[in-house]
Amino acid sequence: MFEILGITSQALFGQLLIGLINGAFYAMLSLGLAVIFGMLNIINFTHGALYMIGAFVAWMLLNYLGVGYWWALVLSPIATGTLGVLIERFMLSRLRDLDHLYGLLLTFGLALIFEGLFRQKFGSSGLPYRPPAELTGGTNLGFMFLPNYRAWVISFSLVVCLGTWYAIEHTRLGSYLRAATENPALVQAFGINVSRMITLTYGFGVGLAALAGVLAAPIYQVNPLMGSNIIIVVFAVVVIGGMGSILGSIITGFALGVAEGLTKVFYPEASSTVIFVIMAIVLLIRPTGLFGRST
Amino acid sequence: MSAQPVSHSVSSPASGGSSLLPFVVLAVCLIIGPSLIYPVFLMKALCFAMFACAFNILLGFTGLLSFGHAAFLGMASYSSAHAAKVWGLTPELAIAFGTLVAMALGTVIGMLTIRSRGIYFANITLAFAQMVFFFCLQAKFTGGEDGIQSVPRGSLFGLISLKSDMAMYVFVAVVFFITFLMIYRIIHSPFGQVLRAVRENEARAISLGYKVEQYKLAAFILSATLTGLAGSIKALVFQLASLTDVTWQMSGEVVLMTLLGGVGTIFGPAVGAFVIVSMENYLAELGSWVLVVQGAIFVLCVMTFRRGIVGTASYYWHKRQQG
Repeated sequence: MFEILGITSQALFGQLLIGLINGAFYAMLSLGLAVIFGMLNIINFTHGALYMIGAFVAWMLLNYLGVGYWWALVLSPIATGTLGVLIERFMLSRLRDLDHLYGLLLTFGLALIFEGLFRQKFGSSGLPYRPPAELTGGTNLGFMFLPNYRAWVISFSLVVCLGTWYAIEHTRLGSYLRAATENPALVQAFGINVSRMITLTYGFGVGLAALAGVLAAPIYQVNPLMGSNIIIVVFAVVVIGGMGSILGSIITGFALGVAEGLTKVFYPEASSTVIFVIMAIVLLIRPTGLFGRST
Repeated sequence: MSAQPVSHSVSSPASGGSSLLPFVVLAVCLIIGPSLIYPVFLMKALCFAMFACAFNILLGFTGLLSFGHAAFLGMASYSSAHAAKVWGLTPELAIAFGTLVAMALGTVIGMLTIRSRGIYFANITLAFAQMVFFFCLQAKFTGGEDGIQSVPRGSLFGLISLKSDMAMYVFVAVVFFITFLMIYRIIHSPFGQVLRAVRENEARAISLGYKVEQYKLAAFILSATLTGLAGSIKALVFQLASLTDVTWQMSGEVVLMTLLGGVGTIFGPAVGAFVIVSMENYLAELGSWVLVVQGAIFVLCVMTFRRGIVGTASYYWHKRQQG
């Protein structure tokens, strides 16, 4: 036990843990946004809504079909990712030759539709979702109590994030992807179906959002508003990290979650604005973000 | 991949032979309006129309999509409500104060964001607006979740009481008409021409020697200021300043109004505002379906109706005239 500036270590580590958890979600969501942005050059405004849908699919699987958490962790991203593929195939792909702002507006409209539908069906109060039996309880680390489920979320999301980074930066498929980002026409000329690749990339990014949604379901309640609450913060994270940078979005996601947690300890009034303040400062110094390339 | 700018649909918005007719029609509508429609509803629509027209200066005529205009609307609305209620200022001074606050905020946010483009710009303005939202949520003078309630409308110049809805309507209608003419004038001034040049081809405008960033900043501040005017008046009309005006949904709503009415047209945003406000009015009891309908209109506009109502109308009008 120790104290810094009159704050007990328990409070400090407690907030640090919450910060890391939030950071894990920021990282996964901004990673998905970065992947999508790299290929499609649009900011996916539906991302928050799809994260919410991911959580709801898990909830519905459990309550309507009796399918538990572990299967939901697989099925929900696949189902939501399929929805993403359909969105890309039938809507976004038709806007490819227009200004990218239309893509943003389309995804904004879709976000409103999804949120409205779920609010209509489920109201705006949260629905509980229990963590799986294997991960209930916690571990006493001596300086703090660590719930097992939270430890799982942090480590699993780290694995997913780093796995995605590895797949994009160090595999053959990833190199196609990066090449298609740089010069789609040329990659197409090499016989690779760029159009399909764009669709699948979008589906993958959406799947990541849904996966984050399933992970979040036992921590926050499953709520139609959960997407719009988090997405704006994630946008700020993306601006700070620099758009399109894979590793950058992971690092900034976690770092900003922690920064937010620490602010909650030392200056709680600023905890909801701190990310935006950091964003303003970063923009002044580096307009392209910490890891971004100049445009 | 370069692409058509958002406002491609109207390459020459009312260029050259501008006719007086639409303005006469507008004036007539404003005059006979209250005898047909409930004045408070009309005032609401006019405030949003002003908001959308101000927003269109940026999106339609400069090619910048701001996703954070609620910040200016909300801050101005809080400021004028505070000035009228706590400081006891007369309505014109309260409105002037609210407008100035929006202008100042617009200058700060504009200077921070104007260097970014396209999607980046949308994203960054959105984040700043969210910062303003959290500020309003926590600051003392805004009253948090309750907002500032029962704001007195007061007497114009200390002489004319605005208590009755009719008196207030006349005031709002006059301000709206003047603002509308002013925006029209600015859009068709040499300054407006430069803005359009920036929208169509920024690189070329730079190479022609225009200080593009300054023009964009000026357009941003102008848009923020007029948005502030709309917000300030709205606070007095409803005698209420609340968090709704600062939310990002509000920023989205103004995009929707402009898109539906016709990006880059003079009358489009006003028409769009009218349609959306009446839709919300009729669907108010249906709860969250409003969101769904708004979203659906968004999707439809983007997918199939990119010219908007006024844009489409003027397209077919010109086509018919050409034969």
